[in-house]
Amino acid sequence: MDLGVKPVSFTSSSASWKSADGVPDQFPAGLRVLVVDDDPTCLRILEKMLKNCLYEVTTCNRAEVALKFLRDNKNGYDIVISDVHMPDMDGFKLLEHVGLEMDLPVIMMSADDSKNVVMKGVTHGACDYLIKPVRMEALKNIWQHVVRKKKHEWKEKDFEQSGSVDEVERQHKPPEDVDYSSSANEGNWKNSKKRKDEEDEAEERDDSSTLKKPRVVWSVELHQQFVTAVNQLGIDKAVPKKILELMNVPGLTRENVASHLQKYRLYLRRLSGVSQHQNGLGSSFMGPPDAPFGPMSSLSGVDLQALAASGQLPPQSLATIQAAALGRAATKSAIPVPLIDQRNIFSFENPKLRFLDGQQQQNNNSKQVSLLHGIPTNMDSKQLATLHQSAQSFGSMNMHVHSQASQSNSLLTQMVQPPSRAQILNEINGSHALNLPSSAGQPVLSQAVPNAVLGQNGIENVRRPAFTSVSQPSTVVDFSRSQSTEFPENSFSLVSNSGISNLTSKLQDEVNSEMKASRGFVPNYDVFNDINQNRTQDWRLQDVRSTFEAQQHSNGRGSLDVSSSVLIQQQFSSNQKSGQNRIPPVRKAAFSVADGLGNTSNIGQQLSSSLVDNPSRIKAERLPDMGFQNGLFSEHFGQEDLMTAILKQQQGGMEPIENEFGFDGYHLDNLPV
Amino acid sequence: MQRQLANMKQSLFDQGYLDEQFIQLEELQDDANPNFVEEVVTLYYRDSARLIHNIEQALEKNPLDFGKLDSYMHQFKGSSSSIGAKKVKIECTQFREYCRTGNAEGCKKTFQQLKKEYATLKKKLEVYFQVARQAGPVEKACRPK
Repeated sequence: MDLGVKPVSFTSSSASWKSADGVPDQFPAGLRVLVVDDDPTCLRILEKMLKNCLYEVTTCNRAEVALKFLRDNKNGYDIVISDVHMPDMDGFKLLEHVGLEMDLPVIMMSADDSKNVVMKGVTHGACDYLIKPVRMEALKNIWQHVVRKKKHEWKEKDFEQSGSVDEVERQHKPPEDVDYSSSANEGNWKNSKKRKDEEDEAEERDDSSTLKKPRVVWSVELHQQFVTAVNQLGIDKAVPKKILELMNVPGLTRENVASHLQKYRLYLRRLSGVSQHQNGLGSSFMGPPDAPFGPMSSLSGVDLQALAASGQLPPQSLATIQAAALGRAATKSAIPVPLIDQRNIFSFENPKLRFLDGQQQQNNNSKQVSLLHGIPTNMDSKQLATLHQSAQSFGSMNMHVHSQASQSNSLLTQMVQPPSRAQILNEINGSHALNLPSSAGQPVLSQAVPNAVLGQNGIENVRRPAFTSVSQPSTVVDFSRSQSTEFPENSFSLVSNSGISNLTSKLQDEVNSEMKASRGFVPNYDVFNDINQNRTQDWRLQDVRSTFEAQQHSNGRGSLDVSSSVLIQQQFSSNQKSGQNRIPPVRKAAFSVADGLGNTSNIGQQLSSSLVDNPSRIKAERLPDMGFQNGLFSEHFGQEDLMTAILKQQQGGMEPIENEFGFDGYHLDNLPV
Repeated sequence: MQRQLANMKQSLFDQGYLDEQFIQLEELQDDANPNFVEEVVTLYYRDSARLIHNIEQALEKNPLDFGKLDSYMHQFKGSSSSIGAKKVKIECTQFREYCRTGNAEGCKKTFQQLKKEYATLKKKLEVYFQVARQAGPVEKACRPK
């Protein structure tokens, strides 16, 4: 290498890739690693090992500190290695945070090599899992994850873009190394990639096109702006171009937004409850940091409202809340359900998301902050989980609709963790403003659902969206069940509906905008009320079902497989025999919901994915817990009603579900079924 | 001196006090960090003393909180395995197994055994490092046969 010619010098510490100038052997030397482990012995050993690999190492023994480092120096690290068990924050939470905010590859490590923990790592999006004691050999190759992620990301961006930009950029591929070195600070990987280009790696060409483009770091503020813009436009109407315009951030390109939007959607989808194994969607979807949601639940209804009012909970606050919530949730087991739920939800979500989006591995949607959150991702073992998921999906949907923060809270609260199914059920039900069958008589309900409550009361009062969050979960659940794999979209619709309903109570306005799916939503406030009172789930389900079926046809999207969902409901109802015949009102809601669903492609997508997952889960889990089902049903209906109501409001009528999205390549069909 | 050192090390391995991980540590030792292994082991003993204390306190409670005990032991095991403390690690695994089955007596007994191994290893390593320092800087550690 001719140092004289190339500006990048090996001694420069700012250039992470000393080899950027084209010396292949340099890379991976200089790889900037951040190691987090509360065990000082391990930390010291790792540090030494990494230094021996010629990496640049930064160590910290606390996750909070690690996050601070990462946030303060967004482009300062290439990869993060974290222990799983840490006192201040669960390693998986940190994993999510990093994925969402910084989108860096994260390697987990632990002395624990049990399959489920490793699986958890996978589902949370870790790019590798090391068993302690860690050996040198294992660390020598970690650079592959950095490269892989970059490539993947790049390709993702490529995909999102119409491709023209890339091509143009490609042409601009700077021939000299100098360019690369100068852009070293942008994305070190780019340099390394550039190097590869020089080495005639065809695929690297893509990288070169981005050489000149600095990697955008989605800071909390930026993400917040993004979320605001998306919410303003409405999730289904949020097109990268418009988002870009709304955000009005200099230097931000449409591709950046598009790629971020993709991740955000994945995140939402994940939140909406994914039954991972079923769909095998599990991709390295990084669940959006549960944190945002977690804290949400802890927020009281009032807080949520305030949040909702504000439009969006600033990521920071959310993060804070989350951290708090999470911490709380983590520590409490008996706690107020809402908190726990949140926690669980988060953990659930992650896995779910993963499944949902196999392809989108890197979606750490930072946006998730506002997204639905609370969708438990690990339902697999429990029925409740399923419920949660569904509930969460709704919740997430709701959240999305409203200002994520508020929603998540409500949802979260609602989404109770599996700890006690019945409990959860109740909670969910309760939260949904339906004083649903609380087999468990969850007290949580009251708190969990600020939204729910609103929803309930709101139904009547709410202008439109009276989404009874309560019903949502059940609805979701129901749907999911029936549809284990088909019509994921439908599930979403339902979910979203329910979610929306929750939100609506709170954020009616927001809901309107969000719920683009306004299709003849028939707010069945009455229904909700009824539901609240008793379990009319069975009926509702049936109604919903029929409604959905009808919807389906009308739903151009076709994603709403209402019928399937309805069917499921029916099943439930039959199982349940609650004897409530409140279905009729639900029916309408179902329709609206369906419509709404169609419109909210985004949501739908997300829902569907989550629903899809849920169904599988639900099926598996559906069990014997009839009471549970009842709860579900009622919730189901509640949600549907809400959804329809909301939808209706949004559209004031049936509108064909057209693809307003205009997303690049986004559409419900994306959902793997 | 060096031979004595090598013999000591060999014996520690043969007796099962140390395992492969210790070799990894030695391989990390270089001119820039000539006492790396000793530093790490010292760090380990200092930090793990705290853990041992916590576990002891937890073992005095009644009834035992197996979850917490397991969690402490998990940490302890992780630390111990990173320096290659083989026998200690084995006791940790046994302890965790008793936690899993809720066997309080088993836990207590195993813990006593663990402390013994822990103390024995500490002494042996202290001697080892003393000799190592006297023997002066050596090239890369050779793997014991």
